[in-house]
Amino acid sequence: MSFIARGNLPLLATAAVLAALFGAASLCFDNFCSSYVISDLFSQNAFLGISALGMTVVILSGGIDLSVGAVIGFTTIFVATLITQCEFSPWLAWTVALIVGTVYGAAMGATIHFFKLPAFLVTLAGLFFARGMAFFVTQQSVQIRNDVHELVSGVAIPFGQTEIGFTTILFLVLLVTMACVSNFSTFGRAVLAIGGDEESATLMGLPVARTKVAVYAINGFCSALAGIAMTLYMDSGNPINAIGLELDVIAVVVIGGTLLSGGVGSFTGTLLGFLIYGTIYQITYFANVGSSIATIAIGALLLAFILLQQILAPR
Amino acid sequence: MPTLTKPILKIHNLRKQFPGVLALDGVDFELTAGEVHALMGENGAGKSTLIKVLTGVHPRDSGRVELDGQTIAPTSPSAAEGLGISTVFQEVNLIPRLSVAENILLGRQPKNAIGAIDWKTLYQMATQTLTRLGVELDVRKQLAEYSIAIAQMVAIARGIALDAKVLILDEPTSSLDEKEVTHLFTVMERLRNEGMAIVFVTHFLDQVYRISDRITVLRNGRLVGTWPTGELERLDLVEHMLGRKVPQLSAQRVGSAAVPSSKISAKPVVKAQGLGRRGSVHPFDLEIFPGEVVGLAGLLGSGRSEVGRLIFGFDSATTGTLEVGGNQVVNWSPRKAIDAGIAWCPEDRKLDGVIPQLSVRENIVLALQSARSIFHPLSRAKQNEIAQRYVAQLGIKTTSLETTVGTLSGGNQQKVLLARWLAMEPKLIILDEPTRGIDVGAKAEIENLVAELSAAGVAVLLISSELEDLARCCSRVVVLRDRRIVAALDPSSDLEQNALDESAIMKLIAHHND
Amino acid sequence: MTQDVNLKKNRLGWQPPPAFYALLGLAALLLVNWFCIPSFFEIQVRDGNFYGSLIDVFNRGAIGVLLAIGMTLVVATGGVDLSVGSVVAICGAVVAIVLTTTQFGIVVAIAAGLLAAVGAGAVNGILITWLRIEPIIATLVLMVSGRGIAKYIAGEQTVAVPPELASPTLDFLGNGHFLGLPFPITIAAVLFVVTLLVVRRTSVGLLVESVGANPSASRACGINDTVVKLTVYVFAGFCAGLAGIIDLANIGIADPTNAGALSELDAIFAVLVGGTALTGGRFSLTGAVIGALLLQTLMTTLYTWGVPSDVAPVPKAIVILLVCLLQSPTLRSWLERTLRGNRKMGSRQVEASS
Repeated sequence: MSFIARGNLPLLATAAVLAALFGAASLCFDNFCSSYVISDLFSQNAFLGISALGMTVVILSGGIDLSVGAVIGFTTIFVATLITQCEFSPWLAWTVALIVGTVYGAAMGATIHFFKLPAFLVTLAGLFFARGMAFFVTQQSVQIRNDVHELVSGVAIPFGQTEIGFTTILFLVLLVTMACVSNFSTFGRAVLAIGGDEESATLMGLPVARTKVAVYAINGFCSALAGIAMTLYMDSGNPINAIGLELDVIAVVVIGGTLLSGGVGSFTGTLLGFLIYGTIYQITYFANVGSSIATIAIGALLLAFILLQQILAPR
Repeated sequence: MPTLTKPILKIHNLRKQFPGVLALDGVDFELTAGEVHALMGENGAGKSTLIKVLTGVHPRDSGRVELDGQTIAPTSPSAAEGLGISTVFQEVNLIPRLSVAENILLGRQPKNAIGAIDWKTLYQMATQTLTRLGVELDVRKQLAEYSIAIAQMVAIARGIALDAKVLILDEPTSSLDEKEVTHLFTVMERLRNEGMAIVFVTHFLDQVYRISDRITVLRNGRLVGTWPTGELERLDLVEHMLGRKVPQLSAQRVGSAAVPSSKISAKPVVKAQGLGRRGSVHPFDLEIFPGEVVGLAGLLGSGRSEVGRLIFGFDSATTGTLEVGGNQVVNWSPRKAIDAGIAWCPEDRKLDGVIPQLSVRENIVLALQSARSIFHPLSRAKQNEIAQRYVAQLGIKTTSLETTVGTLSGGNQQKVLLARWLAMEPKLIILDEPTRGIDVGAKAEIENLVAELSAAGVAVLLISSELEDLARCCSRVVVLRDRRIVAALDPSSDLEQNALDESAIMKLIAHHND
Repeated sequence: MTQDVNLKKNRLGWQPPPAFYALLGLAALLLVNWFCIPSFFEIQVRDGNFYGSLIDVFNRGAIGVLLAIGMTLVVATGGVDLSVGSVVAICGAVVAIVLTTTQFGIVVAIAAGLLAAVGAGAVNGILITWLRIEPIIATLVLMVSGRGIAKYIAGEQTVAVPPELASPTLDFLGNGHFLGLPFPITIAAVLFVVTLLVVRRTSVGLLVESVGANPSASRACGINDTVVKLTVYVFAGFCAGLAGIIDLANIGIADPTNAGALSELDAIFAVLVGGTALTGGRFSLTGAVIGALLLQTLMTTLYTWGVPSDVAPVPKAIVILLVCLLQSPTLRSWLERTLRGNRKMGSRQVEASS
């Protein structure tokens, strides 16, 4: 019975919701349960999944980052401009973008930790700044036409009658890596400890400052990577990309069973949350209803999971 | 049995000054391997500060700390841990949502060849450490699934895993039941026999005499003394902790505090029957009559404050009934208590009492205002009048009515709090340590005020660790020990009793009735 | 533990009013404009109505002012409301849909819009008080789903209110003039004055400050913090509703995606720069209003300088971060030490626990 402990209940609930949604949709719509839909589920939202992995780390550490959508948007136009207008090699452009994203995240993390400011406020300012910088780079969409870029975005593995695209592979590789880091490294455990009780973690001698800054740096890296995945998927960059995405990302993480107050959660959960998110959008597509229903459903699920966490929280 | 060899920890002439307070004034302390050393003292004695300096939370101003002959100056609790001084706090500083094993080994997890955490070894090591303490449990489970007693064992295990030489237990038994205390003591004995030096901070006299080898008493930041437990009488210990003056003043009573029983009307202001709260105070009976000054005596942690909180409705009772003005109350809350004419000056002024950001005027009218409808506010003129009256009556030293309360001295903050409740014209006022941390003049004023209130027919419940004050002000004193009301000193009803004086109260605090 | 009431007091014992820094910022900005863009201060009179950049600041700033007023009380209780932007969109969508798809007319439409906004505020309040969810998390839910709700109400699109349906009343709310000034200014001014009167002439302000400054002591004074908190979130919803109506009336289009987008940060900023701390307690409505106007002046100035509206968030973010840093206790104590040099921090009381 120990598996049905309090800590696992949100994860079980997530799995149940996913099974119910996917099962019901498969019964209602022909062709829903197909390799095409499953492949789409991943490839359409891979960038969101990558960002959700970074967000999982931040929320596990007891923080929050509202700037991810803006950083993703910035990265798409930044990379597209570097490749198309500055004629950088894609490899170089990607490297620069990843460094910029990481440093940006680290800067926000340092501001939060050392000046003891609320994370939501600092990252909200970070959101404005990154979005503004995206428009500063260019104000319209920039197409990418580059051989290396096409080569990389064309990488795929066969899957059923269809195939799994490069961004999906990127997402899955990152998922496995981060899950391993979380479970098998002192850093990963320190993140959980700090999210669980920062004061105790300090008293236990854990490197709190270093870990917290690293957490936001990792999320910045993930945002930049998500932005790159988005350009690979769309072959273009646009400063308006991913507006409001941070909220979807947070919803995916929380629906995945990660506690918004920090300290509890898993990357498996985030994968499940990601699949629920994708399934809901697929359903609205199959049912031919507006995307607003999906947003409301995700909001309702988010609320349900927050309430569940509240009920299960130890007194 | 402890052999008093060379001390492992030696503190010499330790001094620590906080702005306004000299928390430690030249304290000496010695700890030998293989002993349980009880550290005792009331609030403000300096126990916490001593521990915090020892564990690197606060830097010391002067003095020397030697561990194994080496002078040390840890700058953080983790640095102290590294030196071999581990501390287990009452509110156990662990991570409840991680496994027991991780909590023991966090930061020092064993790793395998590729640098990944070796969970199998980790679980083994954790289990072994706990076995050394005679504790067996599933180390893979979340710590949150276990009781606070187990969490303390885990915290001790963490200290042992760090090869601690000195273990500091800061009020470990406050939230444990009898069985858990016994278990903890077994573990402590086992560690003592292995040569661990243990500092044991507690308020419970019985426990001190059960487990400790030596006792050190601090009072007002100074060392009172260190004694082998067997050579220190209970009564003497209490005397050292509370610091009795020569009992010549006890005859001088303040005002007309001793109300003749004839003046007490038959109807009590409040009547508690079997009122109690699990984990806080055992069920008790208490009646308070108009014009009476009832004292609550007991050591810190005896449940004296908790009685006041229950009667005011700040904490909710888990058992028993409360009658106020002859009517039994349900869903008791501060709001209802205030409406029924009960006022409460809490022990922790800063947390539950004054609102430091607000002005003197606002703090004074706050309770009055919250009792009125928001659309019938007191006019500014009326507010000023009320505030001005009490500032004058209580002699509150403030530059203006608009001064923020946070900038006033402790005594004046206490008076502002009193003014707030006096403005409500209460029938019963609960004063929890009203004289702590305030100067002598202010103290006398507050004692006189109690007498005046009593003369005006207001009932007063006076909670205090100053036995002298209790003896002077109260018409009757109720004594608490280990969260229970154990005795009452009531000269008016019980003529055989000793007179209501300090030594009588002290005896009751110190001893069982056997 | 360390209340910064003592820190604020400088050596001379002079304590600046809460709105001081906001006013200082506004004055500095206006001074820059005085030299760089003289036309900024030109006011023309056409048909008895005033026009000009300054009037524009007030007109466009009205929405920000309304949101800041609601947010001030929320922040004063120690909370925050991230959902105001979404509520703006919901309210606009409701009014537009009632107008375009029913025959009930403008009064019912506005009432329905405000009701929706108040309802949204009540949901926030209930989550925070009864279910004890942290304000940031509770209001995040409505921030996420609110836009979806607005889109759903609006039928997945922007709803244009055609002139024949828009009744002169709605148009007047957004673009009319009263006493020669754009009507949104009147709405914001009336709300400000009424709120100020209610808050300071009744005990509401005292109760809000008390709950925000010390919840435990407030409970001991018999204050019902549930009612106080519920009220401020409902009021914040109401303010967001008014802002939504003005936004709709202004442009005649309900845009569920962009209406009120990111306005929550503007509102929080206005409150902070206006001298109300995020930790709750003492608040200044006047300060928040000046803060909102400061932000609008900054935006208008940037536009006048030719900064594209999309890039304007960059300087805005920098200003916001600077203001936040100035509120940081770490930076404050560091500044304090640096400014005072080796002087002892005598007046500070640190509680010595035994």
